[in-house]
Amino acid sequence: MRRALTEPPVVRGTLLAVAVVFLALFLVMPLAAVFAQALEKGLGAYVSALRAPDAWAAIRLTLLTAAVAVPLNLVFGLAASWAIAKFEFPGKGTLLTLIDLPFAVSPVISGMIFVLLFGRQGLLGPWLGAHDLKVIFAVPGIVLATVFVTFPFVARELIPVMQALGNEEEEAARVLGAGGGQIFLRVTLPNVKWGVLYGVILCNARAMGEFGAVSVVSGHIRGLTNTIPLHVEILYNEYNFQAAFAVASLLAFLALVTLLARSLVEWRSRRAVRSDEPAREAA
Amino acid sequence: MIATSSRRRVLPGFGLTLGFTLLYLSLIVLVPLSMLALRTASMGWGPFWATVTSPRVLASYRLTFGASLAAAALNGVFGLVVAWVLARYRFPGQRVVDALVDLPFALPTAVAGIALTSLYSSNGWLGRPLEALGLKVAFTPLGIVVALTFIGLPFVVRTLQPVIEDLDVEVEEAAASLGAGRRQTFAHVILPALFPAWITGFALAFARALGEYGSVVFIAGNMPMRTEITSLLIITKLEQYDYAGATAIAVVMLAASFLLLGAINRLQSWASRRGAVA
Repeated sequence: MRRALTEPPVVRGTLLAVAVVFLALFLVMPLAAVFAQALEKGLGAYVSALRAPDAWAAIRLTLLTAAVAVPLNLVFGLAASWAIAKFEFPGKGTLLTLIDLPFAVSPVISGMIFVLLFGRQGLLGPWLGAHDLKVIFAVPGIVLATVFVTFPFVARELIPVMQALGNEEEEAARVLGAGGGQIFLRVTLPNVKWGVLYGVILCNARAMGEFGAVSVVSGHIRGLTNTIPLHVEILYNEYNFQAAFAVASLLAFLALVTLLARSLVEWRSRRAVRSDEPAREAA
Repeated sequence: MIATSSRRRVLPGFGLTLGFTLLYLSLIVLVPLSMLALRTASMGWGPFWATVTSPRVLASYRLTFGASLAAAALNGVFGLVVAWVLARYRFPGQRVVDALVDLPFALPTAVAGIALTSLYSSNGWLGRPLEALGLKVAFTPLGIVVALTFIGLPFVVRTLQPVIEDLDVEVEEAAASLGAGRRQTFAHVILPALFPAWITGFALAFARALGEYGSVVFIAGNMPMRTEITSLLIITKLEQYDYAGATAIAVVMLAASFLLLGAINRLQSWASRRGAVA
């Protein structure tokens, strides 16, 4: 009876081996290649590649972009999840679909729509030109494209969590005389803090690593409109492989930290809410 | 209806939060996206059709759809094995492996692109032995399949894994006690239960691959008619200030991805209805 419920040991071993080889080939080796090539010429070359002025400028721009995009989408995520999870209104399904829209738009098209809007031959291009404002091939365009591609992350994590929690606690607080701000800070936020953190981690990883959308609007001006991923591309296309991988290793490191933080948050939230199933992310 | 109005009375902030949500959604998403419709409408049917069916564009569709399909198929097979192993077996290092499956979600695509290119180029760790066997990967369509397989890897695993974990073991026990061998149980009991999630994961990986850019441009070689994906063609048109041409191709790709995602949604509601009946 027991034996029939699992595969014979030979099959189990084979399946395990196939899975491990597949993951080693497609996940571990690329990751190892990044660090191996970054350190190919020794630690000195690695550090000097990271300390090059253009690399520094790219790091600063990436940090700035994430520092704008993540808080904006966090505020949006909190507002949207409050409206959608706490109230009933017509058109809610449509609104949910629209919030997910940026996930369905490919990176290149995400950048392109801002070129169509703000580019030299775009809808607002002549007006911007007359007022000496620059969005495309400048920092505002990079920030806007990043805000667009990271738009759904926080909202998408929070809405199912808030819906699962229901309204009872908030309504009790209201009856006891709490104001809106108090209810949100003292009742709702503590209940959804792991969901918020999870969404912010994913949003930040994408904001710092986005390539396609930012590539379209950036113009690739060294030291001015290059984020870390774009700087990696420039170094790589100049055959400066060691420096490219050194800068790329920063992003690989960020990815590993993201995965670690994600596992920790998932583990904590599972412990905190044993009864509630944590929302799994599908895309 | 009564519950609705009383709810609205009890909790504050509906107007403020919904108003902000709609405003922000319009400014960041809807207005920029509507540019596609505006540009396409001003283009006229004739030029639109001529652009989206020119030989170079058609070649890029064939490559993009073909490579995406091949990558999704690879992930369909190996993703099922990985999901099964992660959900059913216990082995040392399992939590690390489980977390690592999400690497393609977390690793920026440009980093994946240069890493895969260096692995599979003719003096790379994998490219050198493969080339000795007569197989060239980097700068060929095969390289594009490799990059898209990397990008799509988590989708099949992550849609299947929770479904496998939730499978009712009693059904398998029943099959076994009725005399079914493990192979029979797998083919007639487990696989049909996994099918909706499996096809959903496959379609998600396929949809993601269609629009992928960063991981592909480095390994593809980008030769027009041969290894040029549609996303790159859109960028090329934009760089030549051919906004109309870029928009036309983008609309075709966007339509394809919306159709796919619509099909996935219908599939999921079908699966949950079937699950409710069973």
